[in-house]
Amino acid sequence: MSGHVVPVKTYVFVFLALMVLTGLTTGVAFIDLHAWNTPAALAIAVVKMLLVVLFFMHVKYSPKLTKMVVVAGFFFLSLLVAFTLADELTRNWSPRALDWSTAASVTHSPR
Amino acid sequence: MSTTVIAEIPGHERPSVERVNYLNVDHSVKSWLLTHDHKRIALLYLISITLMFFVGGFFAVLMRLNLIEPTGLVAPETYNKLFTMHGVIMVFFFLVPSIPATLGNFLVPMMIGARDLAFPRINLLSWYIYILGAAFTLYAVISGGVDTGWTFYTPYSSSFSHTSVIPTAVGVFITGFSSILTGLNFIVTIHKMRAPGLTWFRLPLFIWAMYATSVIFILGTPVIAITLFLLGLERLLHIGIFDPAIGGDPILFQHMFWFYSHPAVYIMILPGMGVMSELITAFSRKRIFGYTFVAFSSLAIAIISFLVWGHHMFVTGQSVYAGLIFSVLSFLVAIPSAIKVFNWTATLYKGSISYEAPMLYALGFIGLFTMGGLTGLFLASLATDVHLNGTYFIVAHFHYIMVGGAVMAYLGGLHFWWPKITGRLYPDAWARFAALVIFVGFNLTFFPQFVLGYLGMPRRYAVYPGEFQVLNVMSSAGASILGVGYLIPLIYFIWSFKYGPLAGPNPWGAKGLEWTTPSPPPTENFEEVPIVTEQAYNYAGTSESAHG
Repeated sequence: MSGHVVPVKTYVFVFLALMVLTGLTTGVAFIDLHAWNTPAALAIAVVKMLLVVLFFMHVKYSPKLTKMVVVAGFFFLSLLVAFTLADELTRNWSPRALDWSTAASVTHSPR
Repeated sequence: MSTTVIAEIPGHERPSVERVNYLNVDHSVKSWLLTHDHKRIALLYLISITLMFFVGGFFAVLMRLNLIEPTGLVAPETYNKLFTMHGVIMVFFFLVPSIPATLGNFLVPMMIGARDLAFPRINLLSWYIYILGAAFTLYAVISGGVDTGWTFYTPYSSSFSHTSVIPTAVGVFITGFSSILTGLNFIVTIHKMRAPGLTWFRLPLFIWAMYATSVIFILGTPVIAITLFLLGLERLLHIGIFDPAIGGDPILFQHMFWFYSHPAVYIMILPGMGVMSELITAFSRKRIFGYTFVAFSSLAIAIISFLVWGHHMFVTGQSVYAGLIFSVLSFLVAIPSAIKVFNWTATLYKGSISYEAPMLYALGFIGLFTMGGLTGLFLASLATDVHLNGTYFIVAHFHYIMVGGAVMAYLGGLHFWWPKITGRLYPDAWARFAALVIFVGFNLTFFPQFVLGYLGMPRRYAVYPGEFQVLNVMSSAGASILGVGYLIPLIYFIWSFKYGPLAGPNPWGAKGLEWTTPSPPPTENFEEVPIVTEQAYNYAGTSESAHG
């Protein structure tokens, strides 16, 4: 494959960055951020992923067509996540019938 | 048909000096198993998927046999395995690879004037991966089968089923990579290897359809692989992902499963639509009506197909608000599908139509696909779906798309390009007869199922109330006719491969670069790289010749 030759220095730098971020993920896991536990871990993972895709996979130096293909992949992944969340986050909006066992112990009719 | 055939002198089957082509260039087994020729790989795929088609069909025969009696003939556990194996084999090992891996492999380079696909070795690798995946699945069959349904719904598949779920899932997982490689190969080939002058809007519509299909292959297949991998993890290591008893969410499985498996329906039908555009134009001797609309509707279908998966989940616990969005989006996909149907019909208008066997399949496709598509709208409506979901109405609906649509187009395409692939003609009278038998058998099998489903007969049960027997017997009778209809082409294709009269380079008088080379083509497809100077389907002959 012809194309851009990346200096070894860049690879080493990216490798070190990945190592530091791995350490950060481990460190953050010991701090309880409550609702932010997952977002924090995911945010670090996304940064690491971008480093790998852009430098190790050479997307930064690739033609526009390749970049478009990569972006398309992430776009469709975002569709999967967004529409699944559209279900997950709205599931409790509609009123639900009571469970039969709880309904039996409730004396008044729910109005 | 004899009028349209450029036949050799009768009685002289083989010319004294046989022309070297891709079939006779080397007869050794090694030359086939290690071939890099896209045409030979297409034939390897053709043999493999035909085998799988008849294995899957065998299970269907047993199911229909069981349903002749309301009390059933086999044990319910056995019946569960029959419909599961039928679904898994037909969907993942026949329908998904059917047109892309056989006709697509053969035709993509030929239609764009290239000598091979962009990555010939990867192409061969994809066939070996397919075979490995099929081997795992066939192992699952002989090791007792699997009973989860082809949808592998959790938590039944991950925590309760005692059948060969893992080998089947591994088989489907592996064979997915063969789809990804095929899609990758097609996209790069179509972008980079078109003949000089062959601009995007001069491409045959089959190529547009293959391109759209490849996009789905690449974007969708990894998700089913991940989903089945997680299913395996939950089953083997009891990590709570999908089973609510150990902290999972079963509906998450359905989201991930259908994110691939709904677009997979379009993997099956889009190539069929591509074949249709070629058949309709060739046998009505007209340029397609609204070329750009048909081309872009393929891409529109590919993209919208990723936004509708929730319509499989209206009654399984998905939020009604998400259901509302998915319902609206599902209606949208009807638009590009209808554009295609209307444009094919408009192409027929004032065309010089002839009724050779491939055209009979094409006309069958228009009617059956329309019925399958319109009944889909019943299921995309939130309210009617509550009544129809999980009944035989759904079974009939998707068989009208997958068999009435995809398989009809596949057979039509196979009949159309068979003289190009093998260099020989098949008996046209038998072929027309078979097309008719298949059409009648198909409708007799599946139309009663619409009625059964509407009346409330649930799918996936080995037994049923006596009042449904007449319609079930009709359906089973139709299945036996359909089975015979599929065996007839198998017989005359095998016969014609050796004994059929020689076909000239272009027995149908069709347009397209693949018809400008000899049949069967030489290994390098074209002796000289063709230069394209005209639009596709130039049947009116308004400008200069296609072959430079």
